[in-house]
Amino acid sequence: MDRRPWPDGLAAALAWGVAMGITAVFGLVLADLLRHGLPEISLGFLLEAPREAGRAGGIGPVIVSTLLILAVCLLTSLPIALATAVLLAEFSHGRSGFARLIRASLDGLAGVPSIVFGLFGNALFSLALGLGFSILSGGLTLACMVLPILIRSAEQALREVPSDYRRAAAALGISQAASLRQVLLPCAAPGLAIGVVLGIGRALAETAALLFTSGYVDRLPGSLLDSGRALSVHIYDLAMNVPGGEARAYATAVVLVVLLLVANALTLGIAELWRLDGGTSR
Amino acid sequence: MRAAEDRLLLGCLRLAGAAAGSIVLLIVAYLLAEALPALQALGPLRWIRDASWHPAGGAGAGRFNLSPMLIGTAAAATGAVLLATPLSIASALFCRFYAPRRLGGGYRRLVQLLAGLPSVVFGFWGLVVLTPLIGRWQPPGQSLLAGILILTLMILPTISLLAESALAAVPRAYGQAAAAMGLTRWATIRQVMLPAAITGLSSAILLGAARAIGETMAVLMVTGNVVRTPASLLDPVRTLTANIALELGYALELHRSALFVSGLLLMGMVALLVGISEALRPEERHG
Repeated sequence: MDRRPWPDGLAAALAWGVAMGITAVFGLVLADLLRHGLPEISLGFLLEAPREAGRAGGIGPVIVSTLLILAVCLLTSLPIALATAVLLAEFSHGRSGFARLIRASLDGLAGVPSIVFGLFGNALFSLALGLGFSILSGGLTLACMVLPILIRSAEQALREVPSDYRRAAAALGISQAASLRQVLLPCAAPGLAIGVVLGIGRALAETAALLFTSGYVDRLPGSLLDSGRALSVHIYDLAMNVPGGEARAYATAVVLVVLLLVANALTLGIAELWRLDGGTSR
Repeated sequence: MRAAEDRLLLGCLRLAGAAAGSIVLLIVAYLLAEALPALQALGPLRWIRDASWHPAGGAGAGRFNLSPMLIGTAAAATGAVLLATPLSIASALFCRFYAPRRLGGGYRRLVQLLAGLPSVVFGFWGLVVLTPLIGRWQPPGQSLLAGILILTLMILPTISLLAESALAAVPRAYGQAAAAMGLTRWATIRQVMLPAAITGLSSAILLGAARAIGETMAVLMVTGNVVRTPASLLDPVRTLTANIALELGYALELHRSALFVSGLLLMGMVALLVGISEALRPEERHG
């Protein structure tokens, strides 16, 4: 049998080695981005418009477009996600057929590749609905994409509210709607916030779904029907289509990664607060 | 009055639920509708029998052979899965059994972070750092190999996190029994933990494969995108996803429709993998 010590030592060494290797590669990627990107970043870079196809100037309009796409995405997906999560967590006793159908469909949606979202968004929002290449098309496409994450985390948050609260509300004789508004949603708020931040992270990271929905135009958008270039698309375009765009692509990548790290830290912070809070109130 | 309010609420919730649930159907419907003209005009066989991929000429002069892209996708995804699987499982084992508790927690957080990094950032790093490195050895550097390496980096966190939760789902008693019988740590892992978690691990690997097939930006930026069946790891390739990203912008009529056919194909492959993966996953804790 495996009484000899050497396979144990080897396995442990391999596990440590792989973990250290992954950490090192990750560190290498980040260090490389920071080393080339940070020197390019200044207040001017964040505020100015790109010049010479992005080789010079900044990313001001790109940041504005990114935020607008994000806003459209969240404003449309959040209400639907919250309502669906409430339906699944609070109103689907046991395993009703309808709830199961919705869950299966959301699992399917979560697996759709991002380029397919791009095809779909282009066909439905840009062409069929006539929105063209616009911030609205891009935001709506992303809304479809982040829906499964938002719903899953909101449902989770609601399920973690102790059932005693529901019984207490029912015993007071208030309606389910009121109990939802006054008890369940406030209690689940931190969990809901985590879901929103996760959704934002996913939306910020997305590129392929935006190429053919919100488009490439790097001017400041005048309305939601204008095309607007997201940060991720800007990185892609500078890297692939603009000779000499590398330095600014590095800088843009740093901005994007920092935004994502902030979002990540935010989720951890909220989770930590929630845990402490839950510890005292339960 | 109370009942009326609740009924109204439930109605609204059901409506939203139906909307959320129908999006995936809407996606399939739109893909099908847009793919139909090409499917009708070209039939089932020209996608693999045509002389080449020159889709701009319509049904007569155009050539619609998707097989170089299919092979490209298959080769890149297979390579990445083969490379990422042992690494991810080692990483999950480290997190679960070898790392001290705090270090393990920190490491898991790092892997989660890695899982959330944008594919365009991986692609960019691959383009400016990795491909020149490969190119110095074997020009041009933009190659199947670069695609496989970047994809490995991208699916590794996914598989690792899922593999870890599969290992975490193994009942504690198994580990305790193994310890009581005096098995060493590696023997416990090899003879008890891995076999007990095998369905969860397979599910994780399949999901990683699905992610690899569906990945666009990272592959697009490092593989060179030449439409040709690769003869070696160092040849450039174009995947199905990259093909859509490169051509949808100017594709018209039958060409555009053909791209939707490849989208449908992608969706089918990914759905199949995700479906099997879901079926394998140990009992869900819904409800």
